[in-house]
Amino acid sequence: MRNILQALKIIALLVPVAAMLPVAGGVQTAAAAGQNDPNTFNRLLKPRKPVNLPPAEDGYHDPEGEGVAYLQPPKEAFKDLVKSNVGNHVDWVKSLETGKINPRFDRIDPKAKPIVMDLNIVREVKGSMPNVVYPHKQHTEWLDCSNCHPAIFIPQKGANQISMAAILMGEKCGVCHGKVAFPVTAKTCRKCHSQPKGKGKKKAAAKKTAATKK
Amino acid sequence: MNHANREGRRIGLLLTLVGTLLLAGQPARAEYGDLVLNENAEKEGMPPVIFPHWFHRIRFRCKVCHADLGFQFKAGGSGIDMLKIIDGQYCGACHNGDIAWSVENCNICHSGKPGLPTQVIGSTLGKLAPPRPAGDKQK
Repeated sequence: MRNILQALKIIALLVPVAAMLPVAGGVQTAAAAGQNDPNTFNRLLKPRKPVNLPPAEDGYHDPEGEGVAYLQPPKEAFKDLVKSNVGNHVDWVKSLETGKINPRFDRIDPKAKPIVMDLNIVREVKGSMPNVVYPHKQHTEWLDCSNCHPAIFIPQKGANQISMAAILMGEKCGVCHGKVAFPVTAKTCRKCHSQPKGKGKKKAAAKKTAATKK
Repeated sequence: MNHANREGRRIGLLLTLVGTLLLAGQPARAEYGDLVLNENAEKEGMPPVIFPHWFHRIRFRCKVCHADLGFQFKAGGSGIDMLKIIDGQYCGACHNGDIAWSVENCNICHSGKPGLPTQVIGSTLGKLAPPRPAGDKQK
């Protein structure tokens, strides 16, 4: 009885390992049979890929290179930072807000303070998605006005045509978002599209009807 | 009716685009936002440079490099070469043995696998239009 239990335990341990390996021809394990089961749970869900790999294993650094050993593994640096589920798997804005990191605002002076501007820009979007609220505050913590204005965004209301297609192609917000700042994925839509549509309008309409009733 | 149809088709197209982005098996397991820079490196006989954005943004805000030091928001778009770095421009503004380790540590930056094209690792654009292999000059 104990042997059977142990065997079951070993199989249970092997299942995730086998799922990660390409199925070797001819070798039919219980796990492989399970993978071919047409009624598996979450059939199309891909197994999670490892993240924040050390440089020598990331597929870009040359593991034979002499300098690679000196490079810091990202996991070590990210240990105490606020986590997220996209990009570097680090929430950089929250990590800064909570003081987990304190990046310099000046190359030399560690005490230089950023010139923060607290101004939200609401963009009413055409489709069914909630309106976009753009916060200057979080952006000016990192950037200088001249980084965006006037080359990327004309500092004038209504002067900037922005579309998701342009952003995905690396223009407008996509100059940073989708490259270094948090990426544009289905997990991040609501980070920008955050204001329910017609909130103001509905209120105004309600007031109007109330007024006509009187 | 026709208009609604067209609108629907456009939304459909966008959804497919986003869908492919999400489903596309992403081989990039290196850090999101890291740059491969190989405009000159391999032509000059050195391995490509890998620039870790994450490491630098822990220490500096974007503005320090992208406003004060003149780095463009485009991989390979700043026209950097070793002479400029030695003269204290771009990377050389810090990598001078004063603020950060100096340029004689060639292999810490020039640490990429041979043949990698200039790119932003894990970028949306890289998934939509994958970079051409290094040396393939068709821009």
